[in-house]
Amino acid sequence: MWNLAQLTDLIHRWLYETFPPAWALAFEMIIVGIAVIGLFAGLGLVLVLMERKVSAFMQIRLGPNRVGPKGLMQSLADTLKLLVKEGMTPDGVDRFLFNLAPFIAMIAAMLLMAPIAFAKDFQIWDLNIGVLYVTAISSLNVIAILMAGWSSNNKYSLLGAMRSGAQIVSYELSAGLSILTVVVLTGSLQISDIVTAQSNGWWIFKGHIPVLIAFVIYMIAVTAETNRAPFDMAEAESELTGGFHTEYSGMKFALFFLAEYINVFIVCAIGATLFLGGWMPLHIGEWSAFNGIMDWIPSSLWFFGKTFFLIFLMMWFRWTFPRLRIDQLLNLEWRYLLPIGMVNILLVTVIAILKWHF
Amino acid sequence: MFLTRYFSEIAEAVGSLLKGMRMTGYYFTHHKEIITQQYPDNRATLVLPERFRGEVVMTHTDNNEHRCTGCTACELACPNGTIKVVTKFEVNAEGKKKKAVDKFVYHLELCTMCNLCIEACPTDAIRMAQTFEHSVYDRSQLTRILNKPDSKLQEGVE
Repeated sequence: MWNLAQLTDLIHRWLYETFPPAWALAFEMIIVGIAVIGLFAGLGLVLVLMERKVSAFMQIRLGPNRVGPKGLMQSLADTLKLLVKEGMTPDGVDRFLFNLAPFIAMIAAMLLMAPIAFAKDFQIWDLNIGVLYVTAISSLNVIAILMAGWSSNNKYSLLGAMRSGAQIVSYELSAGLSILTVVVLTGSLQISDIVTAQSNGWWIFKGHIPVLIAFVIYMIAVTAETNRAPFDMAEAESELTGGFHTEYSGMKFALFFLAEYINVFIVCAIGATLFLGGWMPLHIGEWSAFNGIMDWIPSSLWFFGKTFFLIFLMMWFRWTFPRLRIDQLLNLEWRYLLPIGMVNILLVTVIAILKWHF
Repeated sequence: MFLTRYFSEIAEAVGSLLKGMRMTGYYFTHHKEIITQQYPDNRATLVLPERFRGEVVMTHTDNNEHRCTGCTACELACPNGTIKVVTKFEVNAEGKKKKAVDKFVYHLELCTMCNLCIEACPTDAIRMAQTFEHSVYDRSQLTRILNKPDSKLQEGVE
């Protein structure tokens, strides 16, 4: 039921039977590219609307409710507006870098899609260092932000970009350490191995309290890495008038905006894969009857359900907590998250060696 | 000693963050408490806060009498020259000349609704109304004369 692997197999075989291998590979790449761009557009529309609705209900408001039924078409209307706006390049900016930066942000987000397992056997590229790849590529995003901030020739943009740099460099460490806990437990960097290892229970349940702590640290660190409130020092509307994207408008601004939401989706997808089992249904040990029932729910639904739960969690953070000052932000990382993360990984290593996990 | 303080700080912080999240989570799950007014739709049933200030009006009784003595205290109190009281002299029954209000000119386009004129008024002649739909096509329509034509000073107001 709902087996996406059969569909991909069918397309794969048909292409290789019809065309020479080089052409078939090229066609497959084009199909994947179109699918990824389609997913981006869909995610952008859905997440922007979701953010606005969630924020509205958390602040006792109603949110967008005029365009379309219950305001569902609001983000489509916004996209149309952004598309027809003039893509202005101000005088005095470094034109080449200024126009390049939004695309770098998008490309960094796009590259991260490669190792994510969206459903059972449904993955663009199951490379054997999947987790390392994700941690490496996710830090590319800071280059786009620094590029935008520097080339804008504007002190607010530059300050925002520099803050973002300090923030991402710091929080990469905690995120990396918490990701490492799951890698230590699984013994593999491959995403498909990590998901298969959770077939008798998700790591967050199997790994006792240390994995739970790692999960909390991961959520805090990725919230900081994606520059979202309460860690949105890079934008900080009230201090920096929008930070690194102060000078951007129209579609170039929209690309930054979209890249932010795509990054949110990706870090939540990685979090769901590592701690909540990715596409793996909720399995409890050897209870085959219970596991069988859970298997009836399609794996893609499990994946997107978990991812959107984590996204909701991040939105909940954003609309509850006040923004931190830059020194408080770095204090939190270097004095609390990093030492706790280091002790935590030691504990997890002991658990993994002594096989205390379930 | 240091470690206990370190961990108690963390516990306290996590506790307070969870408290905040419980509050917003409560709002998120209870959609009935929405405080936004759906303004153009609910024009008929719109509920404004008691102290909302929309414009300055002069209260008139049913007999077309107001309480304004023309003392110009409101004009002096106004920080941006919104009010101009034009006075005249009336001869009363005893043959004495007495100061009275001729035109109470109110420039709504200049008014910041600061309420200082209402506080300055010794006879409570003017008050703040809650009407707020003031859009007009020409600025001159916003200059209003607040005392109605042929209105008189109420008996007993000095």
